Amino acid sequence: MSTPQPPMPQAAVPNWQAAPGPSYGGYTSPIPVVRTHLGHALASEWTKIKSVRSTIWTLGVFVVLVVGIGLLAAVVVSNSSSELHGENPLSYGFFGLLLGSMCIITLGVLTTASEYGTGMIRTTMTACPSRGRVLAAKSIVFFGVAFVVTLVAAGFIAFVDASLLENNGAKDPSAGEWLKGTVGVSLYIALLGLLSLIVGSIIRHSAGAITVMIGAVLAPLVIALFMFSQSLEDVRQKLFEYSIPNQMSVFYSNSLTESGPSGWDPLWIIASVTAVAFAGAVALLEQRDV
Amino acid sequence: MIELSGLTKRYGDKVAVNNLTFAVRPGIVTGFLGPNGAGKSTTMRMMLGLDRPTAGDVRIDGQHYDQLKDPLKFIGALLDAKAMHGGRSAFNHLLCLAQSNGIPNSRVHEVLDTVGLTSVAKKKAKGFSLGMGQRLGIAGALLGDPRILMFDEPVNGLDPEGIHWIRNLMKSLAAQGRTVFVSSHLMSEMALTADHLVVIGQGRLLADTSMADFIQQNSRSYVRIRTPQRERLLDVLHQAGITVVESGSGVLEVDGGKSEQIGELAASHQLVLHELSPQQASLEEAFMQLTAESVEYHAHSDAPLPVAPAEQQQGWGDGWKKG
Repeated sequence: MSTPQPPMPQAAVPNWQAAPGPSYGGYTSPIPVVRTHLGHALASEWTKIKSVRSTIWTLGVFVVLVVGIGLLAAVVVSNSSSELHGENPLSYGFFGLLLGSMCIITLGVLTTASEYGTGMIRTTMTACPSRGRVLAAKSIVFFGVAFVVTLVAAGFIAFVDASLLENNGAKDPSAGEWLKGTVGVSLYIALLGLLSLIVGSIIRHSAGAITVMIGAVLAPLVIALFMFSQSLEDVRQKLFEYSIPNQMSVFYSNSLTESGPSGWDPLWIIASVTAVAFAGAVALLEQRDV
Repeated sequence: MIELSGLTKRYGDKVAVNNLTFAVRPGIVTGFLGPNGAGKSTTMRMMLGLDRPTAGDVRIDGQHYDQLKDPLKFIGALLDAKAMHGGRSAFNHLLCLAQSNGIPNSRVHEVLDTVGLTSVAKKKAKGFSLGMGQRLGIAGALLGDPRILMFDEPVNGLDPEGIHWIRNLMKSLAAQGRTVFVSSHLMSEMALTADHLVVIGQGRLLADTSMADFIQQNSRSYVRIRTPQRERLLDVLHQAGITVVESGSGVLEVDGGKSEQIGELAASHQLVLHELSPQQASLEEAFMQLTAESVEYHAHSDAPLPVAPAEQQQGWGDGWKKG
């Protein structure tokens, strides 16, 4: 047995000697080498998203819109003598969420496109040469933030609306309706934001990408509204059914149309579109110069 | 150590970087020179894996950049001062970089201190002057305590105190055994910092040599003479077979290092000399000579490029517009 070693505080004092691998001459840093992984990129993106004011602004406006409009709609109805005939009271949260989704879209786009606008992307990609990892980390962090904030706001307004409208003859929503009106619609909006983030990474220009996304949300519905011709009736119907506002309303089972997506369909649709866009964005990132 | 082999970048028909092969060695400051548009920044972006080379290869200590798991500990780069989000504080900017490479947070405070930004660490980067932005960029480069440092035009926007600081910083980093690679189009700046020079023009390698050799090979030496007895001296020199060039305001110039011979000739003919000084053309001139054909954006001048005497330090470019 050798003499007992004094206990070394291994964790507290990094082993300065065990630095870099192949000897290429020159300086050797005392900072230990770390094999970085997605976790490091996630920590970095989390710092980034919480350290810019645009996050606070967009999410703040989002919460104000969702809660404010949701409350307003419910208060107006509950103070009137209107009879709701067993309607789903959660659907009064829809208006605020529809408007609020613009904020989530904006934040999503800014998460990627603002790095191109400021030049930060060069610093980011130099620090993490795995471009797919950067986009994945941004996506995960943004999706988490967007989902949690939407869920809190949508959940709050759902409970308030349900209790306010109880006396107006609104029905008591089933467990399935609660799930769709809170978690379901929050997942949908967070995915819509994630799609915006991916579009921001592809277009690399904040204003351009926001315009594209707002157009994608509103254009089908607006175009369909003015499609009077009989021969275009089928197109008009599809535009209505698959427009993003209508897909969102499916979560409250008060769709504009009887046919088209129903149940959880909208979620699968946007999840598939987002997955395809993500794969395309990664391929583009790998190909293009930063 | 950075090794480039056959590095080429084409944008359509235009060749930005053409078959560059050289190595940047540790322990010295290597200057990377070229006129505007020569391909310096493109080369540096390819070194950092930001731009994909059309052909060829760059290796950082033997590895491709995208194989580096924690690249900031291998190579720190200042590409341009504003490669950051203006809404983020200096501290958070460095923190997110540190986190992405698993660098301890304590390093953020250390590098802020090194570059002298501790007092504004919580301030947003968009309120920073160009010089402060440059310092923050340098802090980012130093964050991982890397073995290789790369600075693209680091003195841009710095005040004299800042320029002095970065010169000393680069020298001390190299003295610690690090590889320091710095680009510039300011020759006078390089003369003060670089030990080795890599010169490119229109994407091609023009020189890869030590600073002293570069000056020796690319500049001419001449003797500068002033005398009140101009005509007689001209005769004497002519008889001795020495060619004299008049360069205005009574100054005569003789190519080559013939100052002893001229001095003796003047003494034996009892001529008064007010000045007899051997001159070495400055680095700017050597650089201009070397890159004369490959300057991307030429100022119009029909006359062949003159080698103007260096009366004082001029910005390069000033000289040739006169010609």
